[in-house]
Amino acid sequence: MKIPVLRLKNILLTSIQVDLTDEDALNFQEDLLKAVQINDADGVIIDITALDVVDSFLARVLNETAVMAKILGAEAVISGMQPDVALTLVEMGRELIGVSTAINLDHGMEKLQALISKRAGGV
Amino acid sequence: MNRVEKSGMEIQQEPIIIRVTEEYHIPKTRHSVKFLAETLGFKQIIVFYIMTSVSELAYNLFFHTDKGGTITLVPLIREDNVGIEVIAQDEGPGIDDIDLAMTDGFTTNRGLGGGLPGVKRLMDEFEIQSEPGLGSRITARKWKIWQ
Ligand SMILES: Nc1ncnc2c1ncn2[C@@H]1O[C@H](COP(=O)(O)OP(=O)(O)O)[C@@H](O)[C@H]1O
Ligand SMILES: [Mg+2]
Repeated sequence: MKIPVLRLKNILLTSIQVDLTDEDALNFQEDLLKAVQINDADGVIIDITALDVVDSFLARVLNETAVMAKILGAEAVISGMQPDVALTLVEMGRELIGVSTAINLDHGMEKLQALISKRAGGV
Repeated sequence: MNRVEKSGMEIQQEPIIIRVTEEYHIPKTRHSVKFLAETLGFKQIIVFYIMTSVSELAYNLFFHTDKGGTITLVPLIREDNVGIEVIAQDEGPGIDDIDLAMTDGFTTNRGLGGGLPGVKRLMDEFEIQSEPGLGSRITARKWKIWQ
């Protein structure tokens, strides 16, 4: 199973729609990070509107992917987490540490652009 | 047939047993419990709580035992309440120190930890029985009415 990665100017856009296996997750991370490198992308958005479960497996995948994107010099935003999914994470006592989140793709874009310009202007 | 008719809808009453020995069985447990919880009329947020809990328990069967185990979903239909019981059972290595396993962030196998304590918080009732070398049985229940 391959997750498409779209390029939009300096940004990469991808979305998780289905149940990932460990192997799918590794392939996804590899594909996305390769795309960051090849396109010299400034940021990535991972949309998870379609997901109704973010368990520790998926939380780890999302965290790791965001951290690796940052190491490669790209900012990362997770968009579209359903409110009930966010509530479940809070109730569980889990946070997506080190990842910015946005309610939908529009806000995700804004947040990502803000992060990118902050980085360009700041340290 | 051991089923009841309720407002025209047939309610599942028998336990559903799902073997978790391969990774692709894990999403199956989520889909089954989603269907059951929705059929029993749980609110969406609670359906998510139960699905996430089942997913954590199923991952643990897959990641922390050699041969996997089973997830059993039991509809609990009482005169004054409706619930779901989830049992994760395996004949794996067992859990040495249950208090430690219930600590946020504790993991022995490249996890994030927080799975078991998370399930305890998401569900109403939670119990671990485990015998080192013999296996584990984790039981969790969610009720529609809970105080
Ligand atoms: N079915 C099981 N059999 C043996 N050990 C288990 C089982 N489930 C959980 N554990 C132990 O409890 C620890 C905590 O589990 P959990 O909170 O789900 O975190 P994680 O799965 O991320 O390690 C695991 O690292 C493992 O040592
Ligand atoms: Mg776990």
